[in-house]
Amino acid sequence: MAGRSSFGWPRIIALTLAALVATVLPLPDWLEILRPDFVALTVLWFCLLSPRMTGLFHAWGAGLALDAFRGVLLGQHALALIVITYVATKLRLQIRAFPPLQQTAVILALLWINEFLLFWIDGVSGHPITDWRRWLAVPAGAACWPLITSLYARVAARR
Amino acid sequence: MTPHEPDARPLLLGGPAMGLRLIVLAILSLGLMVADHRQNQLAVIRDWLSAVVYPAQWAVQAPIAVWNSARESLASRARIESDNVRLAADNFVLRLKQMRYESLEQENQRLRAASASSSRVVQRTLVAEIVRVDLDPFRQRVLVNKGSLNGVFRGQAALDANGIFGQVTRVGPLSAEVILISDPEHAIPVQVNRTGARTIALGTGSSGQLSLPYLPQNFDVVAGDLLVSSGLGGVYPPGYPVGRITGVGRDPSQPLLAVAAEPLAALDRDPEILLVWFDSTVVEPEPTPAAKPAATPGDAAGGD
Repeated sequence: MAGRSSFGWPRIIALTLAALVATVLPLPDWLEILRPDFVALTVLWFCLLSPRMTGLFHAWGAGLALDAFRGVLLGQHALALIVITYVATKLRLQIRAFPPLQQTAVILALLWINEFLLFWIDGVSGHPITDWRRWLAVPAGAACWPLITSLYARVAARR
Repeated sequence: MTPHEPDARPLLLGGPAMGLRLIVLAILSLGLMVADHRQNQLAVIRDWLSAVVYPAQWAVQAPIAVWNSARESLASRARIESDNVRLAADNFVLRLKQMRYESLEQENQRLRAASASSSRVVQRTLVAEIVRVDLDPFRQRVLVNKGSLNGVFRGQAALDANGIFGQVTRVGPLSAEVILISDPEHAIPVQVNRTGARTIALGTGSSGQLSLPYLPQNFDVVAGDLLVSSGLGGVYPPGYPVGRITGVGRDPSQPLLAVAAEPLAALDRDPEILLVWFDSTVVEPEPTPAAKPAATPGDAAGGD
């Protein structure tokens, strides 16, 4: 499989790790609130726009790593990510054909589902965060989507 | 190579196999969450995971730490000299205080021995550095570079040079997570130093504010009052500064006061903290007539 596609697992793992690092990199407080969920964006990019290498298992692994990295309930990001990956994979042919703006709107919806699942799990497990500012990361993430796609396409193109 | 390269694999992904995989993985995730939520079932895996993840977390902040230390070592001579003068002056004042403190402590020990109550002073401390990673912008938690291999335990109190900082919530072999007193899920039993009255200070989620929501309208508290830990609950050593009252909102239509306090510990600026060991075996509410027990709903142990 890896032989045919434009890039293999080393690059997938490297990009996923970079996204994990970007998630915990120290930032000033005001910027921290706007920090997009880079892992979700990366997972979505792989399942939408890359040759079909990754899928639910990649999303699940990345989610578990994110849980471990941030020290939250083990499995919550994993669950949220496999749900949006499933939806994105089912709709990938439509989404790929969309113009950029419409694609960004779909990403916004997917990121919102992701955040909502996390919010829900936080509540059920007894650590609710009801601060409205937690939702700011969703539009911030969608705004980053065009950047992420061009950046990752460049990384993928490099031999 | 564009991502649109043609390939021979099926155009439509998914199908029943993918739905099945989703369900299996979702059940696995749910199982993990339930096992993790009911503490200690996953303790071994957690410990192991934190040991695996910690080097990565440390690596994230390493360049920043190197940059800071490089800047520090290139600091101007003038600044180091002025720092030195200031520290020498500080040291002089502290030594004067220390002289008095020692005699006072002796006296205190004798008095406590006379009234047969144990003194709960800090016996051992360990300096832990804060690893500069952002765990969650809406929770006030930090990662420190000491873990169970250094003897750190869950529920251990953490202080900084100015006051109480927080307590340890999770311990890995090499690292530990500390919840700050300003986390919205944290509560610390405190005492108003001026009157000796006890209450509970809750975190608000902002590192500059604590709230004291359980005080009746006739409670004697004014802005500027010092809050110290009362030691009830046994998590924190008693008598250490926690915060200073910044505002008292008296609204006659409300049954309780709206009191805000500012933590004394530099919660968002500390490069390192002190983990402390003290003898918390005796937790006796001393019958002082001045201390009118305030409402203490919920878990008086604080935090978690």
